[in-house]
Amino acid sequence: MESTDAIPQFSKSDAGSGGVGVANMSALAAGPGIQSVRDVAIIVIVAVIVVGGLELLLNLFSVPQYVMPKPSEIAYALVTDFWFILPHLGHTLVELSSGFTIGALVGLILAAVITQFPFAEKIIAPYILMLVTTPMLALVPLLILRFGFGYTPRIIAVALAAGPMVMINAATGFRRVDSGKIALARSYGASTLQIFWKIRAPMALPMIFVGLMVGSIFGLLTAVGAEMVGGGFGLGNRLTSYSSMIQMPQFFAVVLILSILGILIYVLFFLLGKKFASWET
Amino acid sequence: MSDGVKLRVRQASKIYPTASGDLLAIDRCDLDVRAGEIVSIVGPSGSGKTTLLWTMSGLHSLSSGEVQLDGKPITAPSRDIGMVFQDANLLPWRNVQANIAFPFEIMGQQPDKAWIAQLMHRVGLEGFENRMPRELSGGMQQRVALVRALSFKPSVLLMDEPFGALDAFTREEMNHLVEEIYLDTRTTILLITHSIEEAIFLADRVIVMSARPGRIASEHLVPFARPRSMEIMSTKEVFDLTNIIKKEIVGDQKSMAGRPRSTARAAG
Repeated sequence: MESTDAIPQFSKSDAGSGGVGVANMSALAAGPGIQSVRDVAIIVIVAVIVVGGLELLLNLFSVPQYVMPKPSEIAYALVTDFWFILPHLGHTLVELSSGFTIGALVGLILAAVITQFPFAEKIIAPYILMLVTTPMLALVPLLILRFGFGYTPRIIAVALAAGPMVMINAATGFRRVDSGKIALARSYGASTLQIFWKIRAPMALPMIFVGLMVGSIFGLLTAVGAEMVGGGFGLGNRLTSYSSMIQMPQFFAVVLILSILGILIYVLFFLLGKKFASWET
Repeated sequence: MSDGVKLRVRQASKIYPTASGDLLAIDRCDLDVRAGEIVSIVGPSGSGKTTLLWTMSGLHSLSSGEVQLDGKPITAPSRDIGMVFQDANLLPWRNVQANIAFPFEIMGQQPDKAWIAQLMHRVGLEGFENRMPRELSGGMQQRVALVRALSFKPSVLLMDEPFGALDAFTREEMNHLVEEIYLDTRTTILLITHSIEEAIFLADRVIVMSARPGRIASEHLVPFARPRSMEIMSTKEVFDLTNIIKKEIVGDQKSMAGRPRSTARAAG
């Protein structure tokens, strides 16, 4: 039982309240700086200059399309091939969302359980570290051999990539013990389960959101990578297919879709973190 | 309870195992707190004040001896005892109202809304129900903690250096507030403090503890009628009493300086 027989002490640093959380590590933290119409205008103008300048330079030096297509060509490919690419985006999203959900759930549960048993944590730690540092893409050929060219190997790969990321961050959150707050709950007779749900879990929430964000980006990476290895569908499959046919505008259109997808995932978790874990900042 | 003793401490000792050997935090302490009495405990760091208080709250067990509430031994936290911690110890992810509802959530009961509204009015927190703790000053946060501790009508209030982090003026304000609430509710209060002035102003009795091991060194009556005003603090009686207590504590710290510290972590 925590804090039952330790010397009672309070310290501000105890809670590790140095301000972790999605809102702090986020590049979007610059958001509130944008205030006036003028700021927005400047941002738009810079974007236009960058894209327009690229178009102009590629024209000026007559760079061949197979080296680098012009932004206008990419945009055209995006529009004309949109309905063809869309189902592939759908496949990627299915793999990402189901793999991520499974991985994140298992990661969260494992994090919550192992942090309750410090000794078990020490035993498991090296394996978790191995799972985090090993690129799960390496397993995809094996998974395809075992499970075929369908969704299954990709979902497993995504779960294996996202899960450990969620787990390692969530565990950091669950480990942030504030003995004062636990003593408070215990002074009302709280059970271990109540302490978990009402003290530990809320305290871990900011780190959990960091884990979900990093895990989902790793999941996207792994999903696309797995699609490139084998199977006839998904955005990764489109990338290998377009590049083998030197259809560079289409290739970059897919890259553009992927970066927009990544940004949307990032923004989603940023907003969720801001809504549910903003008390820390 | 027939003898009017609310809290009784008998031969209480507590040993903490530490890396550098066992630490005797409190050593055979005896203390009686009568129902409706305010007692404050002062003493140097490491005199085991906090340890003593925590064993009375049921949060810690004793190594030997006994603490009793109304004649029954205290072995676990009970709703007869309200606790106010060092710094307000609010849950930063809950607003004021949800922080005050926290004890009821744990106990699985409905909050006593009328009583809480009365307390909120009493401490001047009306209109702050939806504020987050970080939006409140230290004094306001400690008011919330006070309401939270009193919300379930405990018969004993244990206060563990509650106002140590506040500035002198806010501290004085809080002292008046505690006395007002005491006069309303006649809750038995045991207060731990580093401030001799605070100890004298609030208490009917001031207990001085000595350090390493923590022992009850002396006891001083504070015979002033309530409600008290800050003016009593400039009377000769209080001046003399402050000096006596100060000398006891300083003397104890000096004699300690020669002794090796058994651990770097002071037990309050």
